[in-house]
Amino acid sequence: MSNSTEPRDPTYTPRDATPARRFPVREIVLFGALLAAVLAVYALMGAAYSTRMLVEAACYAILALGLTIQWGYAGQFNAGVMGFVALGGFCAMLFSVPVNDAFWGTELPGELGRVLLYGVAATFLVVGASRLDRLGVPGKLRTLITVLLALVLYLVVISQLREVTNQIQSQAGFVGGFGLPAWVGWIVGGALAGGVGYLIGHVCLGLRSDYLAIATLGIAEIIKAFLKNSDWLTRGTATVSPLPWPTPGPAELGFTLSRAVYLSITAVVIAVIFFLLHRAYHAPWGRMIRAIRDNEVSAAAMGKDINKRRLEIFVLGCILMGLGGGMLGTFNSLFDPQGYLPLNHTFLVLVMVILGGPGNNLGTIFGAVAVYIIWIMSEPLALFLMQLAVSFGEGAFGWDAPNNMDSRALQARVLVIGMLITLVLRFAPKGLLPEKITHHG
Amino acid sequence: MNELVFFINNVIIAGSVTGSIYAIGAIGVTLIFSIMRFAHFAHADMMTFGAFMVLLLTTLFPAAGTSIGVPTALVMLPLAMLLTAVLAVGIDKAFYKPLRAHGVKPIVLVIGSLGVTLMLQGLIRLFSGTGGQSLYVDDRKEIFRLALPFEGARAPIVITEPQLYLFVITLVAVVALHVFLNRSRLGKAMRAMSDNPELAQASGINTNTIVAVTWVIAGGLAAIAGTLLSLDVTFKPDLSFFLLLPIFAAAIVGGVGHPYGAIAGGFVVGFAETLAVFNWNVLLRPFRDSLPTWLELPSNLAFVGTEYKIVVPFFILVAILVWRPTGLFKGKVI
Amino acid sequence: MSLPMSSTTPLLEARDVHGGYGGMNILNGVNMTLNANEVGVIVGPNGAGKSTMLKAVFGLLNVTQGEILLNGQPIHNLPPNKLVERGMGFVPQEKNVFPSLTVKENLEMGAYLKPQNVKRMLEQVYAFFPPLVEKRHQPAGELSGGQRQMVAMGRALMAEPTLLLLDEPTAGLSPLYMNEIFDRVRQINAAGVGILMVEQNAKQALAIADKGFVLAAGQNRFTDTGAALLADPDVAKSFLGG
Repeated sequence: MSNSTEPRDPTYTPRDATPARRFPVREIVLFGALLAAVLAVYALMGAAYSTRMLVEAACYAILALGLTIQWGYAGQFNAGVMGFVALGGFCAMLFSVPVNDAFWGTELPGELGRVLLYGVAATFLVVGASRLDRLGVPGKLRTLITVLLALVLYLVVISQLREVTNQIQSQAGFVGGFGLPAWVGWIVGGALAGGVGYLIGHVCLGLRSDYLAIATLGIAEIIKAFLKNSDWLTRGTATVSPLPWPTPGPAELGFTLSRAVYLSITAVVIAVIFFLLHRAYHAPWGRMIRAIRDNEVSAAAMGKDINKRRLEIFVLGCILMGLGGGMLGTFNSLFDPQGYLPLNHTFLVLVMVILGGPGNNLGTIFGAVAVYIIWIMSEPLALFLMQLAVSFGEGAFGWDAPNNMDSRALQARVLVIGMLITLVLRFAPKGLLPEKITHHG
Repeated sequence: MNELVFFINNVIIAGSVTGSIYAIGAIGVTLIFSIMRFAHFAHADMMTFGAFMVLLLTTLFPAAGTSIGVPTALVMLPLAMLLTAVLAVGIDKAFYKPLRAHGVKPIVLVIGSLGVTLMLQGLIRLFSGTGGQSLYVDDRKEIFRLALPFEGARAPIVITEPQLYLFVITLVAVVALHVFLNRSRLGKAMRAMSDNPELAQASGINTNTIVAVTWVIAGGLAAIAGTLLSLDVTFKPDLSFFLLLPIFAAAIVGGVGHPYGAIAGGFVVGFAETLAVFNWNVLLRPFRDSLPTWLELPSNLAFVGTEYKIVVPFFILVAILVWRPTGLFKGKVI
Repeated sequence: MSLPMSSTTPLLEARDVHGGYGGMNILNGVNMTLNANEVGVIVGPNGAGKSTMLKAVFGLLNVTQGEILLNGQPIHNLPPNKLVERGMGFVPQEKNVFPSLTVKENLEMGAYLKPQNVKRMLEQVYAFFPPLVEKRHQPAGELSGGQRQMVAMGRALMAEPTLLLLDEPTAGLSPLYMNEIFDRVRQINAAGVGILMVEQNAKQALAIADKGFVLAAGQNRFTDTGAALLADPDVAKSFLGG
């Protein structure tokens, strides 16, 4: 690319040109095209719609930044972005929704607290039992005692919990929220996602890279199953809405302006993340991370604590996903556990990252916004194309189309996302804006 | 006595059924892992594809089985296995082989297989819709009730026709695979390549052939697993990620690269699932009178509700990764 | 074949071979000629490219310049399985058996391209390496280092090669086994198989060599008969430890 800028003066020879910074043609062209696309959407769909799209794209950009540091910086593949996003959304809901007096005004919080205390006590007992061998109990007997004790105590605690949660559900609906500002929920959501990421990473990061993908895929489905079925905590399929915004809502400022204010918050968050990541990437820490990714063996030979660094980066990525998930949840003003889908919240983010340029923050943000625009626009397009195919089929050979055409048309988007992933991996494995590797020495 | 029958129906039979299906799926995953060294995330959708082929063929020729007295779906199974095998080889040629030729890390192949899984999902649902459908199009699902010759056993042991077929087919598939891997020249070459790919090549083994054979076997087995699952319940196109976790857990429990370990792992995970969702209160009921009065048993003594079934394979997976990442059985780590 | 095979065509000929891994050249012009039924030995200091040259001959390495001929036919950059078809056998230094396969299965894999020969060749290999007979149903991964080396050589012999490549066959073996392996190499050669081996035990290896190639920095430093190299004071001083 560095040759593509033609010098204006034909007699100019780049003899004393410093090789320091090339002119970022590719970046400018791509972001120019992106701007044009955004303007086109504004012109076609109106300001309110388009601003909503931009806010959502910005939230996705935070998710994508989380994935790009995991995959691009460190080569860790997280196949369960959805789970961390859902955790963020849950925390945003839990902290911002008004306090439910039907729950807090009764003896139920005490009951719930009692059961949770039982749980803690049971954990201590089991951990204690697993240390019995220090008192001279033979190893096998200790294991047997520990397992049996764990099973019985688990059954006791879980049946108590079921009782309490059923009572909460029948008497109070659900526990409600804490009535705090949404940003508290975002921060806690990031922390919670980071905590879950720590546990998963702790188990998997020393093992084959595939295992992390399997485990994250699993934890995402489990988080979703938990949120979906814990009606006492999340209202489950009944969903919770509205979620209060930290900024003035549409009722006060109108749709476009309120969304624009929200957008400015997300933009500030992205800018801060971007700046910090940029600093970290070029700091010794970032170099170490990349050294581990590119050559694990020699990095280990130089005495780097590989697993610790890996865990740091994985947790950091998960925190960003939780944060982004929280902002997305608040913006949608709806907490619907069933709305978290691997396609929308894992694979879409994956496409953003690998298409934009894994390891390149600017490329990732470009990928996030560009892919999100395509994604949003593809829905009406898919329906339109399907209608066209149906009318053609009916007209040409009397094809009797099935009646659930709309849901099938949306399946075509699954196909396209899958195709994009495989094609990008094969033909543009470094993405549209590849990570710039600077060689030292 | 009735409680025991209840236990047999809900744990022994149900566990064997799930275990067989997981085992057949896990064999495919573990074979692919041992030859190509990556976790094949599209395996569950290959299973779905196989079952969908059976569904299509059965809908096209609904009466094909009646003349010989077996469900049409089973008559169509060999054809569906063939089609799935062709699909698997084709997918490898189109998507995985170019990536391998670039010498990418295994994890990139994993991402590639996720892309493939989405494509398969999209394609299947585009044609099948998203609802469930029975593979028994024209046939009737026979249900056998075996009354126990004991006094007080009123409830019979219930086993369905597809479950009987499932046990037979699983047994045949496992024995056939055993004979193939240990007696045939190609099967031994496959084990050799799984042991040491460079040396296999140095011995004149054409590794491309072995890769293709692996896909044929994995595809055929995936079609069997998917069809048996759909026969037992119904054909559902959206099981993908819910099947993937138990199958991977089974493969890892058995030690990745071990076909026999995968079989054992499949049954471990299958029984763990049924045992975890079983309501143990049922078994304690006969002793209710002899229990001390202060002990009030809750009516639901299941470890997890059925809606949390997916926690079980995940828990097994994490436990095995923490304590024995090489699997329960002695063997190589790939 | 374009050229008629004459008795003067060498079994293996390498002309000015360059090559290496990932853009870095390790071989900078190696020449080698080995006639049918000869023992060739490659010796030299660490990092001289000895094993790399052997891998280049067996098609495991990208040859960027020069050529390698087997019986007068160019073979460089053919994949290993094609070379096995043409009568080449290769015994790597490490990971030279299939650990979970039994000894018998390991040997069978050697004759993968000639399944009709399995029975006859098994008998021959067992005759060469009698200790393998009673271990034949044991997984090769459970054998001792020397026995593994026997399995590895036996596996390569199963394809009835005309040229056998051995990469440090005695590395890590006790002196007892070392002598045994050298004896076997001589016997295999006596049965009509050309041998090209890389060896750290240069003196012992050159003693049985028809041709010796002393490599340094990826080039031939000395090339002569084994006996002549052993007698050469320069070679002795710089490469054979005085």
